[in-house]
Amino acid sequence: MSARKIAVPLVAIVLFLLFWEFLVWFNGWPRYRMAAPSDLPPAYWRFRWLFIEMGWQTLWRTVAGLILAVIFGTALGVVMGFSRTMRDALYPLLVGFNAVPKATVVPIIALMFVGQHDFNTVLIAFLISFFPIAVSVSIGLSTLEPEYRDILRSLGASKLTIFWKIALPKTLPEFFGALKVAVTLAFIGTNLMEIVSPHGRGLGALFDSGRINSDYPLMFAVLIALAFLGIVLYYIVVALERVFAGWADRSPA
Amino acid sequence: MQNTVEIRHVTHAYKTPAGPLPVLNDLSLAIPTGAFCAVVGPSGCGKSTLTRLIAGLMKPDRGEVFLHGEPVRGPRSTVGMAFQNPVLLEWRSILDNVILPLEIVAPRMARRDREARARELLALVGLEGFEAKRPSELSGGMRQRASLCRAIVHKPEVLILDEPFGALDAFTREDLWQTMHALRREEPFTTLLITHDLRESIFLADEVIVLSGRPATAQYRMDVPGGTGRTLDDLYTPEAADRLNLLRHQIQIAQGRHEAAA
Repeated sequence: MSARKIAVPLVAIVLFLLFWEFLVWFNGWPRYRMAAPSDLPPAYWRFRWLFIEMGWQTLWRTVAGLILAVIFGTALGVVMGFSRTMRDALYPLLVGFNAVPKATVVPIIALMFVGQHDFNTVLIAFLISFFPIAVSVSIGLSTLEPEYRDILRSLGASKLTIFWKIALPKTLPEFFGALKVAVTLAFIGTNLMEIVSPHGRGLGALFDSGRINSDYPLMFAVLIALAFLGIVLYYIVVALERVFAGWADRSPA
Repeated sequence: MQNTVEIRHVTHAYKTPAGPLPVLNDLSLAIPTGAFCAVVGPSGCGKSTLTRLIAGLMKPDRGEVFLHGEPVRGPRSTVGMAFQNPVLLEWRSILDNVILPLEIVAPRMARRDREARARELLALVGLEGFEAKRPSELSGGMRQRASLCRAIVHKPEVLILDEPFGALDAFTREDLWQTMHALRREEPFTTLLITHDLRESIFLADEVIVLSGRPATAQYRMDVPGGTGRTLDDLYTPEAADRLNLLRHQIQIAQGRHEAAA
């Protein structure tokens, strides 16, 4: 990676923080109405152990939900991709399920499994993020050109071999595209639950306690910690994509 | 001489929402072992159906398809196929693309032997030095060469070519015709070529069969002498012009446009 690739976004971030600081200073906003970037380091320091503990909770729950979403979403996508009947049967159900705003599902799940913070948070992260994976895998498989299948089928290869050698690798770019969306969604799901769930855990709960106390520096500190975690997760997916589906990248090396 | 491919009185129809659509009607043809047979005919006359029947990917409604005297019941590893779309796997190198059929047909073959076989073929079609490239790094003609190598890497007895040169520009196509002759001199296979290009058919094939319009039957046969010794110059002789005219005339009959053209 060149120095320029690091320097350019870094300069943009610094400029953004300076503008934010200026805005707060210029308007003379007090700390109970708005926080400035300079308020954030003290907030991080004061709650440093909470940030590490809660950040870890948010992170592992999101990743756990995401892993479940990948397993379930891929399985569902495979079933829908290979069977027209299953596709016709499940599609309206899936779309309907996805159309329900998750903000309304969160309180239901929170009440259903009240107190089971790990379980209900992982569950909502999973529920919110399996949809794009299932859809993209099913589309990737169902749009496989028949010739691709025929080159192996004409040799007497089994369906499993065709899936393993051709259909699965061919679907990987679509899968990773969906996984990038799913990562962000799972993260939103985790936080929604952590905020709504009574006596929740994780960064969402930390945010909620900041909200109750009108502690703007803490709230903003949580937001930025969330943004940081979100970026880390996203780039982990990008790195995985490079390894497993790097062949789909046609940009000149 | 034994017939490697034999089609006897095959009739086939596709089921469509508007009722059955007959594509082949009492079609019979035979390709002797080692021969190269080209099938030409109007668009949509069932030529691709023919390839799928021989490959065992489909069963005819009536009639039988024989390979080496045995009725075809399903796909078999003694068949190689290449299509108009080279369908190379983008995530594999050219070498690994060519090796693919060996992974299915000869799973116990050593990696080194597979590679040696693939390299030998790639060199034969002029792709030496491109083994490690990805398909996306190659031109259309080069991809089609790799696709041909993949079709014959497992030494099939029957090679089925469904318009493999159709999407190439005229010069690349002529290059590939010559590559095809070169492959035939080295590798013993019996070939069925589907094409729309009459020049291609008389340059490559020992026998040209004109199919009638849908539902197709064998309307006309022509033997072409010369085998793999033919050169591109031979396409510009009076004999070649006569053959092309004859075939063109037959195609017009097949299209039902004979009167209009006369």
